[in-house]
Amino acid sequence: MTTIQRKKSNPIAHLTPEDIEQIGIELDAIRDEVMGSRGEKDAAYIRRVIAWQRGLELGSRGVLLFSLFPPAWLVGTAGLSVAKILENMEIGHNIMHGQWDWMRDPKIHSTKWEWDHASPAEQWKHSHNELHHTYTNVVGRDNDLGYGIMRVDEDQKWHPAHLGQPFYNFVNACFFEYGIAAYDLELGKNLQTKERRRDPKFRAALKGVRRKIGKQMLKDYVVHPALSGPSFLHTIAANFTANVVRNIWAHSVIMCGHFPNGVETFEKTSIEGETRGEWYLRQMLGSANISGSKAMHLMTGNLSHQIEHHLFPDMPSNRYKEIAPKIQDLFQRYGLSYTSGPLPKQVASAWYKVFRLALPNRGEAAVRRPVEKKAPAVANRWRRAENPVPAATVHQ
Amino acid sequence: MAVIRTLRGGAWRVVELITTPVVPADYLDVIAPLRNARVLRAKIDAVRPETDRSATLVLRPGRGWVPHEPGQYVRVGVDVDGVRQWRSYSITSPPARADGRITITVNAVTGGLVSTHLVRRARRGMIVHLDPPTGEFRLSDPRPAKALFVTAGSGITPVMGMLRSALHEMSDVVVVHSAGTADAVVFGSELRALAAAGRIRLIERHTRADGRLKPADLDELVPDLFDRQAWACGPNEMLDDLETHWADSGATDRLRTERFRPALISAGGGGTVTFTQSGTVVETDGSEPLLDSAESAGVLMPSGCRMGICFSCVLPLREGAVRDLRDGTLTVAEAGDSIPVQTCISAAAGPCKIEN
Repeated sequence: MTTIQRKKSNPIAHLTPEDIEQIGIELDAIRDEVMGSRGEKDAAYIRRVIAWQRGLELGSRGVLLFSLFPPAWLVGTAGLSVAKILENMEIGHNIMHGQWDWMRDPKIHSTKWEWDHASPAEQWKHSHNELHHTYTNVVGRDNDLGYGIMRVDEDQKWHPAHLGQPFYNFVNACFFEYGIAAYDLELGKNLQTKERRRDPKFRAALKGVRRKIGKQMLKDYVVHPALSGPSFLHTIAANFTANVVRNIWAHSVIMCGHFPNGVETFEKTSIEGETRGEWYLRQMLGSANISGSKAMHLMTGNLSHQIEHHLFPDMPSNRYKEIAPKIQDLFQRYGLSYTSGPLPKQVASAWYKVFRLALPNRGEAAVRRPVEKKAPAVANRWRRAENPVPAATVHQ
Repeated sequence: MAVIRTLRGGAWRVVELITTPVVPADYLDVIAPLRNARVLRAKIDAVRPETDRSATLVLRPGRGWVPHEPGQYVRVGVDVDGVRQWRSYSITSPPARADGRITITVNAVTGGLVSTHLVRRARRGMIVHLDPPTGEFRLSDPRPAKALFVTAGSGITPVMGMLRSALHEMSDVVVVHSAGTADAVVFGSELRALAAAGRIRLIERHTRADGRLKPADLDELVPDLFDRQAWACGPNEMLDDLETHWADSGATDRLRTERFRPALISAGGGGTVTFTQSGTVVETDGSEPLLDSAESAGVLMPSGCRMGICFSCVLPLREGAVRDLRDGTLTVAEAGDSIPVQTCISAAAGPCKIEN
């Protein structure tokens, strides 16, 4: 992938500024329709998922009290893995996005939710909701592009250390939650100088992460094993396995969101004074979906609808499926490519990129055309474009 | 006792280690929602229709409920179409009932989201949320020798709570009640029975036939008007008239009023925004996000994406109305509410108070 501004053929060259604003207007209309129809059914959905997840976790941990017996170990570990995946993805990620804030239930609210993860909710929300979702796929602004340890774009500078990135990526996948915690702390940057290391804000954040990890470790590797008595060691192994399964799953799903072939990246200067329509367009081009069954959507926390999620991060996840055909139609009408594929294909595509970019660029990807700089301006991404279509248009 | 408490606290902390990151109560709430003293809830035990537009709900409050005083109200949180809405209702039962139940009587207001929902859809077994009872509209202690209650419509509810709790301690009680028709009188049969038994003097006014009660009418109906301790509850215009009438006679200290709707929140464009913690007051025009207005006025605000997607800027709206600048959705908070709003895409739609 090369940033869209440096590509030989520009996939959005055919769009006029008016087209881009019209895309924004159409997307806002889709958003308003769904957001205006949120109701009892949606509330029942998230409460049901939470109740199921808690039941599954409780049941699995109950079975694991007898993990000495291999069948119990297998069933318990499988159940706990699924419970942890649901908790992180369909529940935690989406609640912390504010998708369910509209219910005004303090128990299911982005400001109150804490998840089964090494990174405390507060820090994750900042790096994910604020940085990644605002600056999606902007090289140098969105640290999700390689998490600061990998090169996943031709326009990221190559360094010999990148030769090891397939290995880093594998280790990161296994211990993804700790990788995320380190990433949310911006460890790489904050450990560099003494001044940054001593910054009270950083120290407080570090303390928060240490406390969170401590609690998580104590639960999975001390308290629950101790409750299992003679099954102590087996329960430790079970919980460790469930955590690794969850980590690899989450890592794979997330890699599929922005790394596969067909996903575009952007120059830092290209988002100066970005409009709402331009922001929407960047989300459309910068994300990829995973095709699959209902179970796949649930287990990915509906990140299988990554494109829809990036367009409307605060829309309840159970509604992405219903807007997907409309979004696809929009892509088609404006001559854009809706990137989607089955999980194995998308994971392979993302891994291929990790391997390929471990090596320096070969002549091919050199700069083809000058990058247009936009005049520096404050971005007003919340401001909607005026609708040139008469408001009274009736859709039948 | 202290030892047991310490042991219990310790044991609870161990259980918390098992359930982290959620708390044990999150699991227990599923089985025993009334057990949680930190989140006050109540179960609806019975629903009794009063008139064709009103119903009495018998509530069994959970742990953590403190007994109310006659005349006080309770804020009730109900999920209507998936959204938790809070409204205040006067408690109509005497305090400390043997069975621990309380009753509220809800009048379905035209267009009223919560009242209509409760009157039409409340069923036995449903769970609602509660706040502790509150309100200054209370019966004086010692009880007044001569009492007057002036009510209209659902304004009878707090008075009914007072009569049911303390009528036996009062010997001279006059109730002047207005309602559209005789059938529309909430608690009509109970009030008429009390009157027939000589316990109260009841003056019913049916406004559809006889028109609205004027304060001057009261002078005729109750000659010793200003000798009495008076409590009034009803529409704001009626209370305004009564307050003027009592003030004109220099008897303000003998009249207590209860307003169900403190001031109608007019949702316009812009307004005065008060930040309750910093005390800063900002004038806004309704087209600029609250976040921008506040920052221009030097208020330190939490912020993030500035486009409504990251929820870093969320602050509680304590009172007033704000409008979502993207789709025009209005969010209204009454006194006592605390509704989190995204300041980066919300503008004031009238005077409002933001906690920051």
